[in-house]
Amino acid sequence: MAKKLIAFKLNNQPVEVLIEARELLVHVLREQLAQTGTHIGCETSHCGACTVDFNGESVKSCTVLAIQANGGEVLTVEGLAQNGTLHPLQEAFMQDHGLQCGFCTPGMLMRSFRFLQENPDPTEEEIRSGMAGNLCRCTGYQNIVKAVKSAAAKMQPA
Amino acid sequence: MIPGEFEYHAPATVDDAIQLLAQHPDDGKIIAGGHSLLPMMKLRFAEPAHLINIFEIPELKGITEEGSMLRIGAMTTESELIRSALINQKCPLIVEAAKMIADPQVRNRGTIGGDIAHGDPGNDHPAVMLALDADIVVKGPQGERTIAAKDFFLGTYVTALEPNEIITAIRVPASTPGTGYGFNKLKRKTGDFATAGATVVLHLKGNTCDEIRIALTNVGPTAFRAEAPEALLQGREIDDALIEQAAIKVMESCAPAEDLRGDAEYKCHMAAEMARRSIRDALARAKGN
Repeated sequence: MAKKLIAFKLNNQPVEVLIEARELLVHVLREQLAQTGTHIGCETSHCGACTVDFNGESVKSCTVLAIQANGGEVLTVEGLAQNGTLHPLQEAFMQDHGLQCGFCTPGMLMRSFRFLQENPDPTEEEIRSGMAGNLCRCTGYQNIVKAVKSAAAKMQPA
Repeated sequence: MIPGEFEYHAPATVDDAIQLLAQHPDDGKIIAGGHSLLPMMKLRFAEPAHLINIFEIPELKGITEEGSMLRIGAMTTESELIRSALINQKCPLIVEAAKMIADPQVRNRGTIGGDIAHGDPGNDHPAVMLALDADIVVKGPQGERTIAAKDFFLGTYVTALEPNEIITAIRVPASTPGTGYGFNKLKRKTGDFATAGATVVLHLKGNTCDEIRIALTNVGPTAFRAEAPEALLQGREIDDALIEQAAIKVMESCAPAEDLRGDAEYKCHMAAEMARRSIRDALARAKGN
């Protein structure tokens, strides 16, 4: 089947890539664009490891076709740090031990990045429901929630 | 896991989508949010040669008030339903149901039209549509027609939607004084389908229930109205004893498939308990409305 050229913004940079229609966004990000921060977990839209920001919303990139990203904007974990400075969420995950094996971390970071824009001052319960689409198989949820909470506090406008 | 090969189409309008569907009657498939279809395509349970994406079509988006009804575009996502001030104010039952569907990321893609068109007995909107007495607006080559929710869900993955038609919108009545709803869904974990679910909409005139609809999720081949308990409660002042009798009739109306969520007997009992809670919630809200 003929390949199609698609163009979208990846981490604020324009990219063009030749794809098959059946290719999933996560595969194109990792294999063609060499952005391997986005992880493939369950591939069935349950675990959230592949969460990226797509046109200002969190999505599971294992269940979005790459061709659907044509003309859109995608932000991955590679785009969080700015000029070598970690995002406050990345700092908080480090300080609060919000990761154990680290496999779920890119998804956790990308979901919490969007979640804190939807709800900048969340309660613990709101964090838990806002992050309900991301699983941590180390079950390190306590410190993930703690990290999101402390990042929220740091990100509050003074 | 990657879907099989297909040709991708992204029509700009509903009419273009209908035309594409007509051109590929046997191997064309509509994709909405894709969170039911893409997993099925990965497993080769679905292998459409032509995938027609309607998710971005502007005329299928948006929520408007039309007299005493609300019109919800078929491609309105669960997240958009939850955020909608109009739905929160005029039909909060839909908000409550949408919040219980999957997780935030999935709700950003999952649409009300896709949920209804799919015909999965585990989907949540069908019972909500039955309880609300909603209309499903569909469009095909012959034009638009409206199907009452009670005539729409025919069986597992079988609906009244013709292969050449697309759901364009849902029309639901705005809540009126004296109307109350209850939505209760038992699920094992976030993202799971219901073990059993019950949605109730009722209307009180004084203390008498003069209108009631009880719809059940995932305890039969499709979502369905439990008519026997409805008939029992209709025209009566509902008290605890009557709710118990209704719960037994709910249980008798169920025909669930045994699976990892439980055996048939357990699911029937859970459907009855969800119905008890939904009837009580609906009564409390109707009295406060």
